Amino acid sequence: MKTPKTAKANARPFYQKHSAAELKEALRKMYLIRRFEEGAEEAYMRGLIHGTMHLSIGQEASAVGSTMALRNTDYITSTHRGHGHCIGKGADPKLMFAEFFGKEEGYCRGRGGSMHIADVATGNLGANGIVGGGLPIAVGAALAIKKQKRDDVAMCFFGDGASNEGAFHEALNMASVWKLPVVFVCENNKYGMSVSTERSMSVKNVADRAPAYGMPAVIVDGNSIADVAEAIEAATEHARKGGGPTLVECKTYRTRGHSRSDRNRYRTKEEIEDWKARDPIPHFEAELIAHGLASADEVTAIRVAAEAEIAAGIEFARLGTDPDPTEVTRDVYSPEAA
Amino acid sequence: MSRELTYAQAIQEALAQAMEADPNVFLMGEDIGVYGGAFQVTGDLVHRFGEDRVMDAPISELGQAGVAVGAALAGCKPVLEFQFSDFATLAMEQIVNQAAKLRFMLGGKVNVPLVMRFPAGSGTGAAAQHSQSIDAWLAHVPGLKVIQPSTPHDMKGMLLAAIDDPDPVMVFEHKLLYKTKGEVPEEAYRVPIGKAHVARNGKHVTVVATSIMVHKSLEAAETLAAEGIDVEVIDLRTLRPMDTATIIESVKKTSRLACVYEGVKTLGIGAEISARIAESEAFDYLDAPILRLGGAESPIPYNPQLEKAAVPQVPGIIEGLRNLVTGRT
Repeated sequence: MKTPKTAKANARPFYQKHSAAELKEALRKMYLIRRFEEGAEEAYMRGLIHGTMHLSIGQEASAVGSTMALRNTDYITSTHRGHGHCIGKGADPKLMFAEFFGKEEGYCRGRGGSMHIADVATGNLGANGIVGGGLPIAVGAALAIKKQKRDDVAMCFFGDGASNEGAFHEALNMASVWKLPVVFVCENNKYGMSVSTERSMSVKNVADRAPAYGMPAVIVDGNSIADVAEAIEAATEHARKGGGPTLVECKTYRTRGHSRSDRNRYRTKEEIEDWKARDPIPHFEAELIAHGLASADEVTAIRVAAEAEIAAGIEFARLGTDPDPTEVTRDVYSPEAA
Repeated sequence: MSRELTYAQAIQEALAQAMEADPNVFLMGEDIGVYGGAFQVTGDLVHRFGEDRVMDAPISELGQAGVAVGAALAGCKPVLEFQFSDFATLAMEQIVNQAAKLRFMLGGKVNVPLVMRFPAGSGTGAAAQHSQSIDAWLAHVPGLKVIQPSTPHDMKGMLLAAIDDPDPVMVFEHKLLYKTKGEVPEEAYRVPIGKAHVARNGKHVTVVATSIMVHKSLEAAETLAAEGIDVEVIDLRTLRPMDTATIIESVKKTSRLACVYEGVKTLGIGAEISARIAESEAFDYLDAPILRLGGAESPIPYNPQLEKAAVPQVPGIIEGLRNLVTGRT
């Protein structure tokens, strides 16, 4: 359909800056993340995959709104709740499923699983099983960018819980002292496993910690992709131009538990329902339709296509190759130089 | 051309040659710039290479280690100096969970080509938190390589090999070795990681020693030679990957094995060497129980006499080896 110019002109900068195609691609990625995680959860329930996983259902706007500002040569470091960041940065869900299923076709050849998924080719330096583990790594990647005189950035995803780790404070200080191109993206989903930010932090916001390191910080509605993307795009441009790091705090919520073992004893049904009503996907769809950037039919087609891609991805993974148990020590070290 | 350099100078020369050869190599650490490093290892390198390549970092060991990992993932070759090896404990997360495992966890899709240098060991009166030998801790971790060169010659060649290496290499430098001297070629040569060195040939007992204990064992061997006891001294040089073959060959020749190391004896490198011999064909050649001479089951004390008593010394090594060879206990 034709985009009525007037509708878009009244819209906020996010809807003016991006083409309808870019915005629909963002919606497609949000659906891919949602359906990927629902598919992974179902496969786990059916006993097709083992281990554990940390679902980010409800946090898709921050993952996609952040990564849409990036290019392939930019880096991200991700977290244990990192499926969204991975898809946002451009990973193929079927290769992620193959990793979940522990197959050779997976991104990590079945050695990493959910907590270590990384598509290195798209600049993803890895999800991380250690809370705060990726923070100094992102600073190091940004240091390399600066040394190599590139205008890329390192985007560092972390949660509210990680901001209580020493690594957070050391990383922010170093990035600021050396004015490195890092965009720190805090996905504050209110809980470090079961302990709320109110019980674990002496300040209200993670962003309140940035001034201690001379770093600008912004707080956004993490369930609004427009809110996230506008702040991230500004922070990213600032970093590319040599302005140094910024912290963007996305206030969001995971509607699922921390991991498979979570019985939700630390929060109320009302709180969960309240946040489910603020689901970022329908919110984004409504804005796209209101601004005349997509029709209801197009939105439905995007969702159906995402569902089909996920179903095909699970089937691909199910039929993948199991690693050879005699190769357990493969890739511990690099091959001997010739 | 070869000339005499100290162990510290040999490190500095290797760092300088590596930086000259490869713009991706840079140094990071605490007070390694104008201060020259706590042990004057980096010396005036900052004046030759500038502050971007000889980077003073905040006192943030965990952060620095992570920065090294990230920079290595993104194409640099960082060489990180810890002021004391004891401070590796502050950075264990990044060393053990990240540097060592990233290549494996990501299915071999990345390399982490970094070097971490650790001034280690006792003998400086710096007491319990500045004198430990934790090399065996790190040698327990698959994904890391751990080296412990004992001479200026090996130090330069192995450090250059470490910087070339695509995987993370941990370098333990005994602080008392920094001022020791030896012949060092001027050119940039490599001494391979993973190969032990027979520092002294002998036929009555094999001593596998690490770092400064190589020198103490060689000194003990000279005394014992006068008594007709012929000691073979193997400088292990690399803890991981360990050169078991050289030890097995030696034990098959001498039929006796002693392990001499400064780290705490229990669950230390001597246990691993002993086990490897017990598991090998050399076991049948043993004529005596294996002897381990390691650090005391205590932190390193401050008092100089206690400090000496906490790690193997030459008289103790002489006595231990003599008893091992003569069958006395």
